Amino acid sequence: MHDHRYLVEMRNIHKWFSGVCALRGVDFAVGYAEIVGLVGDNGAGKSTLIKILSGFYPPDEGKIFFEGQERHFSSPHEARDLGIETIYQEAAMVPKMSIMRNIFMGRELSRMRLGSLGYLDIPRMEEEAMKALQGVGLHLRSPHALVEELSGGQRQGVAIARAMYFKSKLVILDEPTNNLSVKESEKVLEFILELKRQGISSIFISHNLYHVYPVADRIVVLSHGEKIGDFRREETSVEKITKLMVLP
Amino acid sequence: MASPSPTGLLRRGEGMHSASFLSSWKRILLLRETSSLVMLFLVIIVFFSIAPLFLSKENVGVILEIIPELGIVALGITMLMIAGEFDLSVGSVFAFCPIMMALFMTWGMHPVLAVVAALFVGIALGALNGLVTLVFGIPSFITTLGSMLIWRGGVLLITGGWPPPFPTQMSTTILVGKIGILRASLFWFVVVTFLLWFILERTDFGNWMFATGGNQVAARAMGIDVRKVKLANFMLCAFLAGFAGIIQSFRLQTTLPSMGNGLEMEAIAATVIGGTSLGGGVGTLIGTVVGSFLIRIIDNGLIMARAPSYWFRVFIGIATILAVILNTFVRERAKKLRC
Ligand SMILES: Nc1ncnc2c1ncn2[C@@H]1O[C@H](COP(=O)(O)OP(=O)(O)OP(=O)(O)O)[C@@H](O)[C@H]1O
Ligand SMILES: [Mg+2]
Repeated sequence: MHDHRYLVEMRNIHKWFSGVCALRGVDFAVGYAEIVGLVGDNGAGKSTLIKILSGFYPPDEGKIFFEGQERHFSSPHEARDLGIETIYQEAAMVPKMSIMRNIFMGRELSRMRLGSLGYLDIPRMEEEAMKALQGVGLHLRSPHALVEELSGGQRQGVAIARAMYFKSKLVILDEPTNNLSVKESEKVLEFILELKRQGISSIFISHNLYHVYPVADRIVVLSHGEKIGDFRREETSVEKITKLMVLP
Repeated sequence: MASPSPTGLLRRGEGMHSASFLSSWKRILLLRETSSLVMLFLVIIVFFSIAPLFLSKENVGVILEIIPELGIVALGITMLMIAGEFDLSVGSVFAFCPIMMALFMTWGMHPVLAVVAALFVGIALGALNGLVTLVFGIPSFITTLGSMLIWRGGVLLITGGWPPPFPTQMSTTILVGKIGILRASLFWFVVVTFLLWFILERTDFGNWMFATGGNQVAARAMGIDVRKVKLANFMLCAFLAGFAGIIQSFRLQTTLPSMGNGLEMEAIAATVIGGTSLGGGVGTLIGTVVGSFLIRIIDNGLIMARAPSYWFRVFIGIATILAVILNTFVRERAKKLRC
């Protein structure tokens, strides 16, 4: 039966891509208000695993439980409606649009509706956008600045603020610190800790163990489509995980 | 509002006190419409100094009666381009719809019904462009290059080279009736501009359009049905092309198979001059209105200045390239201004 300690539980997940086995029998779970670091070499299957969780692909075998109920996502939309928000580095934002319009993209606030058209409530969207940004400690001058004018870390911050504002229960971050400077990466780690403080669970994928280790409550290691490690932070260290990733 | 829009200037609460002289200049320079507006004023001054009759009441009336037909088509192109697609078939649809209208009337259909039916034909042609593009995943440039040729051929096929007689029993007041020097078509142009501006800048659908054109992957990930957004804009664009064609046929009291020849190029030029990006996700309708004015004013001004007509194409070509260069250059410079 289902175990209520977890917000999400994926059991015995298998995924093949035209002959290539990307995942073979992976069990993966995320607790409430828990930060889970997901690490592994290139091609280990990390992205595949979270794409299954966020509804991009169905698993070829295995089950997914969310808040105790078995779920079959047939689209990312369904997963998002349940509160699973995925932030991809390149695909999270529209650079030529304002911060406010990005935050509310696809979930605009409207004053009234004319058939299928919604009349935007811009003053409220401005206000709420600023609130959402302050929620993650981002103090930007105006919600009308274009996202392309923001740094990579600030963009991650906006995406996380958006997830928080829309009351996501699980935020999945695929390599959020990739290509960021040391200072910017630290900001992103700070945003992730803020999620936890607000009781939101997160999955943090990265190649950089020095980013994952300090913030993660638990670290899961994948290798060649299999889970080869699952540790609480206290039980392990960066050295131990590095060894594990290099050896097999 | 989102900064790609001209309405950034009208943002509430952002006060004069904090905005220094420099930053308000910067804002104006950053507007996408600025370079086309500057060009428009220069062109008007130049033509006026060459041929003072250019600004006579009669000539202003002439200019204002030819602008809406280009402008309405260009507005449709702008919407579609912001959503990340393209339509080269607008010139052919511009001819196809009025011919269908005349044909429907020769079959005995009520005039009002015939106009409505012809507009539906336009919408259907747009839907066809959209469906072929989206279902087969091919560039809309290709789809609409094809349909441009097909519908132009279709027009000639239907008319056999002889246009159906323009029905005389019908009143044309509502579309092209005259009050002083102004025609009703100008009113329709204003209405269409305002409606589209409202949809683009003030509704959720407009936000989906910018998102779809700006980053389709992100838009889809946020649950926006990008195909629906694009299809709707294909249909809107063809509808407006058909509507403008009907306006022209009302004004000229004929339906010629050659109507709208080369109009797609003028409409795209007007859009690009106005600051809309070919890449999608960026653009303004006001800019397109300015671009349409610029093109028709160059057209008319050259006639007033007694220049040979082939200069028209030369000048439109120069204006298009110049506007894009100015836009890029000025905005790059403006971004570097400190404030
Ligand atoms: N759409 C796909 N089609 C075919 N093979 C795929 C597809 N997606 C992933 N794979 C394969 O599945 C395996 C796992 O890929 P995945 O992207 O999940 O790895 P990853 O752990 O995210 O790697 P990285 O750290 O490089 O992002 C790889 O061998 C990859 O080539
Ligand atoms: Mg990956």
